[in-house]
Amino acid sequence: MIKMDYEIIVVGAGHAGCEASLASARKNHKTLLITGNINNIADMPCNPSIGGPAKGIIVREIDALGGEMGKNADKSTLQIKLLNTKKGPAVQALRAQIDKVIYPKEMVKTIKNTTNLDVAEAMVEHLIVEDNKIKGVILDDGRKIYTKALILTTGTYLKGTVLVGSNKKSSGPHGEKPSKSLSDDLKKIGFNILRLKTGTPPRIDKNTIDYSKLNVENGDTKVHTFSHDNNVYYDIDKQVPCYLLYTNSNTHKIIKDNLNKSSMYGGYVEGIGPRYCPSIEDKVVRFSDKERHQLFIEPESMDLSSNDYGDTVYLQGFSTSMPYDIQEKMVNSLKGLEKAKILKYAYAIEYDAIDSKQLKQTLETKIVENLYTAGQINGTSGYEEAAAQGLMAGVNAALKLENKKPLILKRNEAYIGVLIDDLITKGVKDPYRMLTSRAEYRLLLRNDNADIRLRKYGYDIGLIDEKKYQIFKEKENNISKLYKFLKENRINPTKENNLYLKKINTSLLKDSITLYDLLKRPEITMKEIEYFYKIPYDDEIKEYVEINVRYEGYIKKANRDAEKMLQLENKLIPTDIDYQKIPNIASEAREKLELVRPTSLGQASRISGVNPADISILMVYLKRNEEHV
Amino acid sequence: MNDTIAAISTALGVGAISIVRMSGKNAISIANKVFTGCDLTKVKSHTIHYGKIIDKNQVIDEVLISIMLSPKTYTKEDIVEINCHGGISTTNKVLEILLLNGARLAERGEFTKRAFLNGRIDLTQSEAVMDLIESKTNKERDLAINNIEGKLSKLIEEYRNDLRDLISNIEVNIDYPEYQDIEVMTISKIKKILMGQIKQLQKLIEESENKEIIKTGIKTVIIGRPNVGKSSVLNSFLEYDKAIVTSIEGTTRDIVEGNIYLDGIPLNIIDTAGIRKTNDIVEKIGVEKSLSLIEEADLILVILNNNEKLTKADIEILEKTKNKTSIVVINKNDLSSQIEQEKIKDRVVVSTNTTSLKGIDSLKEKIKEMFNLDKIETKDYTYLTNSRQISLAKLALKSLEKAKLSANNNTPIDMIEIDIKEAFDYLGQIIGIDYSDEIIDNLFKNFCVGK
Repeated sequence: MIKMDYEIIVVGAGHAGCEASLASARKNHKTLLITGNINNIADMPCNPSIGGPAKGIIVREIDALGGEMGKNADKSTLQIKLLNTKKGPAVQALRAQIDKVIYPKEMVKTIKNTTNLDVAEAMVEHLIVEDNKIKGVILDDGRKIYTKALILTTGTYLKGTVLVGSNKKSSGPHGEKPSKSLSDDLKKIGFNILRLKTGTPPRIDKNTIDYSKLNVENGDTKVHTFSHDNNVYYDIDKQVPCYLLYTNSNTHKIIKDNLNKSSMYGGYVEGIGPRYCPSIEDKVVRFSDKERHQLFIEPESMDLSSNDYGDTVYLQGFSTSMPYDIQEKMVNSLKGLEKAKILKYAYAIEYDAIDSKQLKQTLETKIVENLYTAGQINGTSGYEEAAAQGLMAGVNAALKLENKKPLILKRNEAYIGVLIDDLITKGVKDPYRMLTSRAEYRLLLRNDNADIRLRKYGYDIGLIDEKKYQIFKEKENNISKLYKFLKENRINPTKENNLYLKKINTSLLKDSITLYDLLKRPEITMKEIEYFYKIPYDDEIKEYVEINVRYEGYIKKANRDAEKMLQLENKLIPTDIDYQKIPNIASEAREKLELVRPTSLGQASRISGVNPADISILMVYLKRNEEHV
Repeated sequence: MNDTIAAISTALGVGAISIVRMSGKNAISIANKVFTGCDLTKVKSHTIHYGKIIDKNQVIDEVLISIMLSPKTYTKEDIVEINCHGGISTTNKVLEILLLNGARLAERGEFTKRAFLNGRIDLTQSEAVMDLIESKTNKERDLAINNIEGKLSKLIEEYRNDLRDLISNIEVNIDYPEYQDIEVMTISKIKKILMGQIKQLQKLIEESENKEIIKTGIKTVIIGRPNVGKSSVLNSFLEYDKAIVTSIEGTTRDIVEGNIYLDGIPLNIIDTAGIRKTNDIVEKIGVEKSLSLIEEADLILVILNNNEKLTKADIEILEKTKNKTSIVVINKNDLSSQIEQEKIKDRVVVSTNTTSLKGIDSLKEKIKEMFNLDKIETKDYTYLTNSRQISLAKLALKSLEKAKLSANNNTPIDMIEIDIKEAFDYLGQIIGIDYSDEIIDNLFKNFCVGK
């Protein structure tokens, strides 16, 4: 049932839209979620997995703040792994294979059970903007709905065009109608529009594959969950496997022989595709010396009754925009897939996005008040990146209506902070994916400490309830107790103790040593400490303390570096600053500063093309102006 | 502005004393770490103290150190000024030690900038500050361009690219762990690369420090038996360029008698005159000293008297110097020649007459010719840039060594990489590159990953 006015309207019910509308409704704002097709809420149109390096940590952060993605992924896990366990604590992250039927089903259930949240099936074609302020939307049937704040999470639907070979068709990923006039509206209002492209590989009939020729990839034998609630829904012994396979010279020959038939190489694509998600054509052309490329078969769903996903598996690494017949030849050239049938062909999709430099830190647009954007419309790619922005846009739209201070996460606090700061400061050229290397303080942004970093914010904004917060406080309390325990208890240089230390190849004791200092030795982990003392705490507490003790030096250094950054971050630039009036600033820097209009010297210093000397000049100028006032 | 900055605040090699200045809240504690003489954290403000600058138990220089406590200072911060006596390379070394102990190299004009930001200078002067900063950027830009074409910069860029490739490889392993076809950077592989890098960088630093004549000057030893006119040759040099020459008291290392500039290149003249006028034991020490000076010298001037036949001592000196870069200076050419010419026929010979100022000109021309000085554009190698580059290279080396140590301890790769990245950043600072997305760009360029 649609009412005629709302406090917050969210346009689009993908991963960004779901988080945005849930956050808004849970913060007691009358919220409407508009979707073009009610069956596509929280759909996963591309890969059937959530998480991965950096992305998995984003999901943990969303959960710590009170978002839904982590819980929902836990409910639909088919297989889960902790990645990078051998590469160190800072870069470990969870990745789960997700059941594409259960995930949306569970999300819809949650949305339906949320008070204050209405769902409508409609296409939004126009925005109602008065005095640079959002007032509402006009649907394709002409109805007008009014709102105080609007969040656009349109995904690939802004002028979406699906490409297969030379075939080009206005459409969303499932053949739905795209939104045609919305992006023109945005352009008229003053947004710079970018054309981006992404692609997806073919889906194969899972009953036509000879699995005996493929290598099995199983999940971890240890239980994991994204959510800090730690509810386990999957059966660890019945995790669904993935399979590893490779392209071969025959595959490459088929691709090379038919290159001109692909949308990309045939010149049919205008949009800029993501560098990290090249099509198989791209891989074969750009890395022509490689004899084979790695591919994965990933399960899409165990629900055999589903028409969309029940019979299919996803061929990761094989995205292409070749015509159907060539796709079939390519697939059948793979070992084990000689007789495989394609149930859904690969395609490329182009869509419009806005220039994310036109956004504030809250994801509110700079030109239209109370208009927010999140997800692919901001030039990002990935379910996790979208959900994170949706959550932040929903929270900040609500906080603004409540006249409260916005929630802005800093680069040393969360990957979500890095994501939004990158978007608004640097903008994007190709679809933006989060990578661990984008975070300069990644040692601080770990999988194990997402709640320590963010749960308090979640509680303060009202998305984490009292009960959950108390559980978290208890965890914090236990952490301090364990620190104290390690500092207060000692190991003496007895013969027996030294015998054990010798066994594990660490230097012997002459004097007694605290457990804390012993844990600092490279050869010692909590496990070795437990030879001497029983540590009566949960694994997650032990893990957190172990990392913080063993890598104390590195963590301190990261904190010092972050401190330096924050000093510049705290030097605010007045919103009405006139960069034309500052003498001596290089003209390139002036242009960039004018465009981004950074809120702090810290943000200004991260704009490419703004040099340290320009920052010095700006600093001196600000100081002088301060004194004038 | 919470960090502590340091720079050499006297001009290029002019004057006997160079001042290294430090400003910031850690200025005094940093100075105290490297100074022996008294506890600088306990002295009164605006006082001067005598002592030594020490690095790893080695005395670098005897100095006078001025302590000025905030707020009655130029920058309104704690300021330490170190008056160094040991010439260019020593002053450089003192600055480096401060940088390695926590100070940051000041940008040009930064002391003045701080003075302004801390309210020490009034508003009317702020335009001048801006101009100063601006002029710095232009100069640095010129310098950067000059240096980028230079051999050193090319080398640094190569080293940095190697590190960039290493980091990208580590990153791709982290961000795409499922790609088993990509080379996995194991700790032992990283160690091997680090060892190579450390060796390269050590060599570069060593060469920059020891063989860079622009920075250290040409170490010139004047040798000859008594009364052949050594002193008059030295005095002619000194006379010639009185305005920029100062006699410097000997330091712990050398008996530098004076510096003169030939086309902007310092000639550090070391006279061995001290040998002759003492008793036998000291004379013996003196001879050993002069022999060791011959070994270390970049250039040896062997002085002979035109008017006398070669003595046994002369021949011994000629013998000792025959395989070194040397010039045989035949002094007193206004008098009749008694020297047996065939004994010096294989040597570079210049004949002079030090009774007039012009008499030394031919010697100077010869030195310029030998060291190719006309071809060196001194403006490319300013003193500050050089000391800065070396300091940064040393910091990079320190980071790499730390990374190697961590690798030896089997520290996880994500921690080791922190130090490698730091080294990468320092090398970038040397050649003025600071491009934050470089690693990511490189990653996607070199590795085939993605769905």
